[in-house]
Amino acid sequence: MTAWLERQIPKMVLAPSFVAVLIFVYGFIGWTAWVSLTRSRLLPKYDLHGFIQYKRLLASPRWDTAMDNLFVFGALFIGISMLLGLLLAILLDQKIRVEGVLRTIYLYPMALSMIVTGTAWKWIMNPGLGLEAMVRSWGFESFSFAWVIDPKMAIYAVVIAGVWQASGFVMALFLAGLRSVDGEIIKAAQVDGIPGWRIYSAIILPSMAPIFLSAFIVLAHLAIKSFDLVIALTGGGPGYATDLPATYMYAMAFSRGDIGQAASSAMVMMAVVFAIVVPYLYSELRAKHD
Amino acid sequence: MTDFISSTGLPAASRAPSRPAQIALRWLLFTLLGVFALFYLMPLFVMVTTSLKSLEEIRTGSLVAFPREITFEAWRTAWSGACTGIQCEGLRPYFWNSVILAVPAVLISTFLGAANGYVIAQWNFRGANLIFSAMLFGCFIPFQVVLLPMARMLGLMGIAGTIPGLMFAHVIYGIGFTTLFFRNFYVTVPGDLVKAAKVDGAGFFRIFWSIFLPLSLPIFVVTVIWQFTQIWNDFLFGVSFSQAGTQPVTVALNNIVNSTTGVKEYNVDMAAAIIAALPTLLVYVVAGKYFIRGLTAGSVKG
Repeated sequence: MTAWLERQIPKMVLAPSFVAVLIFVYGFIGWTAWVSLTRSRLLPKYDLHGFIQYKRLLASPRWDTAMDNLFVFGALFIGISMLLGLLLAILLDQKIRVEGVLRTIYLYPMALSMIVTGTAWKWIMNPGLGLEAMVRSWGFESFSFAWVIDPKMAIYAVVIAGVWQASGFVMALFLAGLRSVDGEIIKAAQVDGIPGWRIYSAIILPSMAPIFLSAFIVLAHLAIKSFDLVIALTGGGPGYATDLPATYMYAMAFSRGDIGQAASSAMVMMAVVFAIVVPYLYSELRAKHD
Repeated sequence: MTDFISSTGLPAASRAPSRPAQIALRWLLFTLLGVFALFYLMPLFVMVTTSLKSLEEIRTGSLVAFPREITFEAWRTAWSGACTGIQCEGLRPYFWNSVILAVPAVLISTFLGAANGYVIAQWNFRGANLIFSAMLFGCFIPFQVVLLPMARMLGLMGIAGTIPGLMFAHVIYGIGFTTLFFRNFYVTVPGDLVKAAKVDGAGFFRIFWSIFLPLSLPIFVVTVIWQFTQIWNDFLFGVSFSQAGTQPVTVALNNIVNSTTGVKEYNVDMAAAIIAALPTLLVYVVAGKYFIRGLTAGSVKG
């Protein structure tokens, strides 16, 4: 009896967390999925009405803007962060004595809350007193930098702040990757007189493909979940020019009292995340089993 | 000086890049690195200098100028007088909210992760890997998909809008990552160790306390830092699951910045932003190595 009990201990230790995950992750996803198929407004209703909420979503110009913004923001945020991160990693990899200090400087934004980042950049990009006023005071009277209040440009202001926050992290990932490349191969190439840029483009970078993929996944994940940065920097505005799916969902859930829309937009967000993450997880898990 | 070096340097005829070219490249490298360092430091610099200026000086001076006259008035206001909506108590009560929220939430989720990781890595039973995959999956969901039911659940449990309610949410959705961290760490401990200890008559808990826990300091540090950064910097849960008196510091900061009453006090906004950022910045400066390890473990190994 005690031996049997002894054997059950590991299961009993894991059980509470497992039950919690079952309820709070899977059960809750199920709840949201169900409610996304109902006519719920201020309060959830549970009789199904097909894809009515998704049709409303597609017909909503605000959601349209949010998805467009996600695409523009995501592409630029991921692209620029990757390029900048890679460039910084390569520059730092040139046997610099102050590397530790520089690395600390490039990465510290990652320790900040996006609310702090948004607050700081909102002030810097403030047209009346920020960068615009500064450059004007240098004598460039016609200089204009009012992206945060320009509906067409505000989303690019979000990109700047996002890149500032996340590119150092990409740098850290790439730098770790550069350091893990086999030194013997690089030495051999140097002995053969192959120029440095060719060593990077033909030997080092191709061997870092998995890190490119990881960086992409993390950045895409960050982009889709971006909520605080937009809230702090532009509040989703001007109007709803910088709405993202995450801010749309929040607005529907907590200020517009439209639970059906909130649930269906959350489901679309999850679908987008999984379209990116699941193939990655799948290939990772398969690679481990082989 | 540079002339002297290049003229007396080794004959560079046979080497591919000549000596002056190398020096020029080195200069270019340091210039680029310096420019990027300025790009990353500039917002912090602007935040600090702005927070030390008077409103008058902000209106007349340049964004990047040093303060002519340093005043800590904005810091005092941000800490204990700034308005978040109708209340004007500054950031202080919300800062403490975040502290009493984060400390227990970090500890509980870390210990749960340690226990789970220990089981999954060393006491593998049938289905344990499936459970692990199920937990891992939970790390990747966008939280929007659980926001509505969680708000209702907290209401049903009678802890809606309270700090324990917010703590509960952070613990539940932190378990996936903490379990992942500990599992990946404990997997590297040879299984023979457990077998030998079992032969010697040690049980599940004894082996954990006397063998695994003493080994675990580095992963505890990584996990605690990761969880603390996540929970301190969180905004989504904070704004969704708290109410007027129980908000964490990030929500209060956002309210101060966006409160529309009276004159816009940029110096107070910046002081408040720095106060909200200080704890995680401090952790980063003191234990940056572990911070980076958590970041990369949380992403690469996913």
